[in-house]
Amino acid sequence: MTDSSAHQPMIAADGLPLKKSLARSLRREKTRALLLIAPLLVFVLLTFIFPIGSMLFRSVENEIVSNILPRTVVELENWDATSGELPDEAVFAAFVADFVVAVEEKNHTRLGSRLNYESSGMSSLFRKSGRKVAKWNPETDGPFKEKLIKTDKGWGDPETWAIIKTHSGKYTNGYFLNAVDMQRTQNGIEAQPESKQILIKLFLRTVKMSLIITASCILLGYPVAWILANLPSRSANLLMILVLLPFWTSLLVRTSAWKVMLQNQGVINDTLVWLGLVSNDARLEIINNQFGTIVAMTHILLPFMILPMYSVMQTIPPTYLRAAKSLGATNWIAFWRVYFPQSIPGIGAGSILVFILAIGYYITPEIVGGTEGVFISNRIAYHISSSLNWGLAAALGAILLVVVLVLYWAYDKIVGIDNVKLG
Amino acid sequence: MKFTKTLLATTALTVAAGAALAQDMTIVSWGGAYSKSQLKAYHEPYSAKTGVNIINDDSSAEAVAKLRAMNEAGNITWDVVDVVASDAIRLCDEGLALEIDPATQLAPAPDGTSAADDFGDLLVSSCFIPQIVYSTTFGYRTDLVGDTPPSDVCAVFDLETYPGKRSLEKRPINNMEWALLCDGVAKSDVYDVLATDEGQNQALAKLDTIKDSVVWWSAGADTPQLLADGEVIMGSTYNGRLFSVIEEQKQPVAMLWDAQVFDLDGWIIPAGLSEERKQRALDYIYFATDTQRLADQAKYISYGPARASSAPLVGKHADLGIEMAPHMPTDPNNAKNTFLYNYEFWADYRDDIDAKFQAWLAQ
Repeated sequence: MTDSSAHQPMIAADGLPLKKSLARSLRREKTRALLLIAPLLVFVLLTFIFPIGSMLFRSVENEIVSNILPRTVVELENWDATSGELPDEAVFAAFVADFVVAVEEKNHTRLGSRLNYESSGMSSLFRKSGRKVAKWNPETDGPFKEKLIKTDKGWGDPETWAIIKTHSGKYTNGYFLNAVDMQRTQNGIEAQPESKQILIKLFLRTVKMSLIITASCILLGYPVAWILANLPSRSANLLMILVLLPFWTSLLVRTSAWKVMLQNQGVINDTLVWLGLVSNDARLEIINNQFGTIVAMTHILLPFMILPMYSVMQTIPPTYLRAAKSLGATNWIAFWRVYFPQSIPGIGAGSILVFILAIGYYITPEIVGGTEGVFISNRIAYHISSSLNWGLAAALGAILLVVVLVLYWAYDKIVGIDNVKLG
Repeated sequence: MKFTKTLLATTALTVAAGAALAQDMTIVSWGGAYSKSQLKAYHEPYSAKTGVNIINDDSSAEAVAKLRAMNEAGNITWDVVDVVASDAIRLCDEGLALEIDPATQLAPAPDGTSAADDFGDLLVSSCFIPQIVYSTTFGYRTDLVGDTPPSDVCAVFDLETYPGKRSLEKRPINNMEWALLCDGVAKSDVYDVLATDEGQNQALAKLDTIKDSVVWWSAGADTPQLLADGEVIMGSTYNGRLFSVIEEQKQPVAMLWDAQVFDLDGWIIPAGLSEERKQRALDYIYFATDTQRLADQAKYISYGPARASSAPLVGKHADLGIEMAPHMPTDPNNAKNTFLYNYEFWADYRDDIDAKFQAWLAQ
C-alpha cells in the first residue's frame, strides 16, 4: 500500500507532474528575461556588432577585381606571372572587353585606385586608358595587344598584369600582410622595402606608450583616490569635483591647453627661464614628442583611473588599518600588507579602462605627438579619411582589436578578471 | 468627423513639411572664414533669388570618406560639396561625383567666352568646378630673421642664416617638391625625379638636414598660431591664413611668396542624387560659379578667383577696405616664381610616398 504512492510522480496543483511544471516555469522565466534584454541586444547587434563586423570584413574582401574584370581574371589563370613575358592576345582581348564595359559603368577608375594601393601608377594608367579605350569595339577592333600597349606603355609591362593576377581573388590576405609591413607579390609573400616599414613600429610604440601612460596614471591616481576615500565626505565631494571638472571639459580644449603649457615659448618653459633654472636658448623640448603625448594623455585619462580606485577604496573599512597598527605594524607594513591588497581590484579596473582607451587614442597624439608620439590609430585615421584604403584600415583595426583581446586574456591569467571591481 | 479632419490636417501638414524640406539644400564646406566668404558671396544672394534654404555643413575635411560611406549606404544627404582638386579627382575616380559638362552646365563669361575657356587649365577633373586658386607658401617672423629677410624658399633649408624652428605640413606633398628644388633639381624635372626611388630618397635626405628643427603641422591654423607665439620663425600654410595673421591680427609676419605651390578648391556634386536635387544643385553651381560671384568672394578672403574673367572685378576687402588684388597669390608681384601642384602625379604616388615619408618621420 505504501509502495504504490512512492512510484507516483509528485503532482503540482494544476495536475501536471511537478518536474514538468517546474521546467516550464523556469523556461517562462528565461524567456521573460530574454525579452527584457531583447531591445538592448537588438540595439547592440544593429549599432555595434554588425557595423564593426562589416567594417572588419573589408580587411579580407577583394571582389572588386573579379567583378570588374571577370573575363580577364579567367584568362589570366593560364598565364605564368613569373615567366617575365607578356600575356597573350586572349588576355588582352578579354581585358578590352571587360574594360569597355567598366568605362561605360564608370568604375574603371575605382579599380585603378584599388590596384594603386599595391603599385603606384595604376591609378593614372586606368584613368588615362579609360578615355581612349571607351571608343573601341571589343568585337571588331582587335587584335588588341599592340593597340593597348600603344595607348600606354604601362600595359606592355608584365608587372602590371602580374599585379592584376596576384590580386584577383575574391578574398585576400594582402591587407593583413600590408598591415604587418609585408606584401603580396607574384613571387609569394615578401617584406616591404625597408623605407616603407612603419606599421609594426607604430604598433609596438602604441602598446609601449599605452603601458607607460597606464603606469603613470596608477602612480598619480592612487594617492588622490586614497585621499578622496579617507577624507570626511564634505571635503571629499569638493575634491571629487576637481577630479571630475577636467572630465567634463572638451577633449580638444584640454589637449590644446597642454600645447600652451608645454610649448617652447609656453608657460612651463617661460617659468623655468624666469626662475633661471633653464637658459633662454636651451628651452626644454617637452612637446611634439613622446613626452608631450604621455603628459597630455595621462592627464586626460586620469579620471578613468581615479574613479574605480576611489570606489573600491571606499569599501575598505578603515578599522583594518587601525587593527593592523594596534597589532604592532608600522605605517608602511599596515599599508602594504593590509590596505594595498584590498585596493588591487580598483587598480585592475582602472588599468584596463585606461589601457584600452589609450591604445585606441588618436586626437591627442595627433595634436601634441609631433612625429615620435603618434599612435597606430593616427595611421588608421589616415587610411580611412585620406587614402581611402579601407581594407588596410580594417586590417589594422582588426589587429589592434586582437592585441587588446590578447592582453585582456593575459591579464585574466595573471591577475584574474574576477579581481576587477568597479566598486 | 472630427477625427477624419484631424487626420487630413496632419497629412496636409506632413506634405507641406515634405515640400519645405525639398527646398532645403545642404552645402558642405571647410568652415571658418572660408565658409563665411561663401555665405556672403554665394549663399545669401542665391537664397534671396530662389527661396532655397541653404544648410551649411563644415565637413569638407572628411568629405571623401563620408561621401563613400553615404554612397555605400545608398543615402546621400549632401547636395553640393566643396573639396580641393586632389580630392575631387579621387571622388571622380571612385565614381562618387557627378561629371559636369562646362559647355552646358556652367555660365559663360559676360563677354561670351565659354566656361571651358574661362576656367582654362584649372578644370583638372571632369567632376570638378573650381572656385578659387590658393597657394601654400611660407610666412616668416619679421622680427626674428635679422637684417636680411628671406626672399628665397631655400631659406627654409638654410639653418645657418636663419636658425630656429620652422613648421612644415606633416605630409610629403609640397615638402618633397621644395626639398628637390633646393637640392638643385630644375623646376621642370621635379616630378620626374620624384617618381623614382632615388629622387624620393634625395628629397628625404634634403629634409633630413632640417628634420630636428621642424615642427610638423596637420591643421591649417597651426602655422599662424606657431608664428604668432614665436614658436617658429617661418612656416608653410595657406596664403589666406597668413593674410589674416598679417592684415587682420597685425602680427609681425611677412609672406615669402617664392615657390608658392598653387592648388585649387572648388565644388563637386555627389553622384546618385535624385533628379530633382541634382537639378537644384546644378542650378546653384551655375549661379555660384559665374564671373561676378567668384569675384565677390575675393572681397571676404584673399584667394584668387578661378575664372580669368573675374580677376579684373576683384575689389576691396569688405571690412578692412584694403585693395585685395595685391594679396592674391595670382598677383604678378607674388607669382614671380610659382610651382604648380601635379594632381596626376600625387593621385598615383601619394600613398607610396606617404608611407616612406611617415617611415622617415618615425626614424
